[in-house]
Amino acid sequence: MKDMVSKKVELLVGLFVALGLAALLMLSVKVANSGFGAGGESYQLFAKFDNIGGLKVRSPIKIGGVVIGRVSNISLDDEDYTPVVTLDIKIQYNQLSEATSVAILTAGLLGEQYLGLQPGFVDDSVDTLQPGDYIEDTRPALVLEELIGQFLFSQGSGEE
Amino acid sequence: MQQLHYLGKQTLSMISGLGRAVILLVSAIVHVPNVRKGTPLLIQQLYSVGVLSLLIIIVSGTFIGMVLALQGYTILVGYGAEASLGPMVALSLLRELGPVVAGLLFAGRAGSALTAEIGLMKATEQLSSLEMMAIDPLRRIIAPRFWAGFISLPLLTAIFSMVGILGAHVVGVNWLGVDSGTFWSVMQEQVDFEKDILNSVIKSIVFAFVVMWIAVYKGYDCEPTSEGISRATTSTVVQSSLLILCLDFILTALMFVK
Repeated sequence: MKDMVSKKVELLVGLFVALGLAALLMLSVKVANSGFGAGGESYQLFAKFDNIGGLKVRSPIKIGGVVIGRVSNISLDDEDYTPVVTLDIKIQYNQLSEATSVAILTAGLLGEQYLGLQPGFVDDSVDTLQPGDYIEDTRPALVLEELIGQFLFSQGSGEE
Repeated sequence: MQQLHYLGKQTLSMISGLGRAVILLVSAIVHVPNVRKGTPLLIQQLYSVGVLSLLIIIVSGTFIGMVLALQGYTILVGYGAEASLGPMVALSLLRELGPVVAGLLFAGRAGSALTAEIGLMKATEQLSSLEMMAIDPLRRIIAPRFWAGFISLPLLTAIFSMVGILGAHVVGVNWLGVDSGTFWSVMQEQVDFEKDILNSVIKSIVFAFVVMWIAVYKGYDCEPTSEGISRATTSTVVQSSLLILCLDFILTALMFVK
């Protein structure tokens, strides 16, 4: 019974399984973004916008182009029906000031939308943002149709 | 009246066939595995089902990746978006082409061979001989083959996707001049571990289950003549290919449409 499988076959099967697992590992490390245990520790902030445009869950949050977290949830406020965005930010960036402003920006002309944070100053009168705080200073997404509408409107009123 | 009779007969035979397939599956895989006796059998089958399928999987994976890169590049370069070549190739391989094409090749390469082998064992009464010797052919013959396929196909699918992406890298970066850093980093930005890679593995597990079940059932249930074996082999390939394509649509709808 033991000698039924030759050493060569055992070796080849071992090689095959190892190759398959290596391919799987390589896919998750080299091809996918985060791999196992996505991200590490993070804390949450909230921000209310008038209009979130094309922002999606998992959109990146950047300061000066550096990704510091991702959007983890988008919902409507229960009372005034404005969009509330939940920001998952890496724990190492926990010294953001309360004067931080956040805007919805677009990567390139037609690219995906992301949250751009503009860190404010910190002094005695201004605290740092605590987990669960709302960022007060927000700027909504630019919607192309609204821009064109405003442009046409201002053109029309200029002629009169 | 004649048609009604025919329809009823067909329905009954279909249902009883389905019943036999379920009984086969349950009695083949639901028992306590004997590690000492079962492992050599499983390794032998892993060799003939998995290792021998490796070549066709690697060759076709490479070429599919290379073709995807070529076609994708010629389209994307028109929009100045050749930086998206990496994610395009990776996503189409991981989400659809990897599991489906590997499954189809596996059905043609391993499924047909299994059906023919088991069918011939039945035709030459080897299965009955085993039973005469009080060896359960379901455990001795069917179970190791089923599990070998079940383990092999997900691994083969991962290998297929990986060599496909490497092939796309060869064509896109080394030949057409897409930047290597852009190729990988934009891909990493777009490909999600849970959504894309895990779903790719889930798809391949489902396909492995389907192909193996059909292959062993068709072999075990075939008419023990040379004609019956050839018919069983054909219908293994046809039915598992069709089922893979149908199930792929359903799985895609469940996984990627919210």
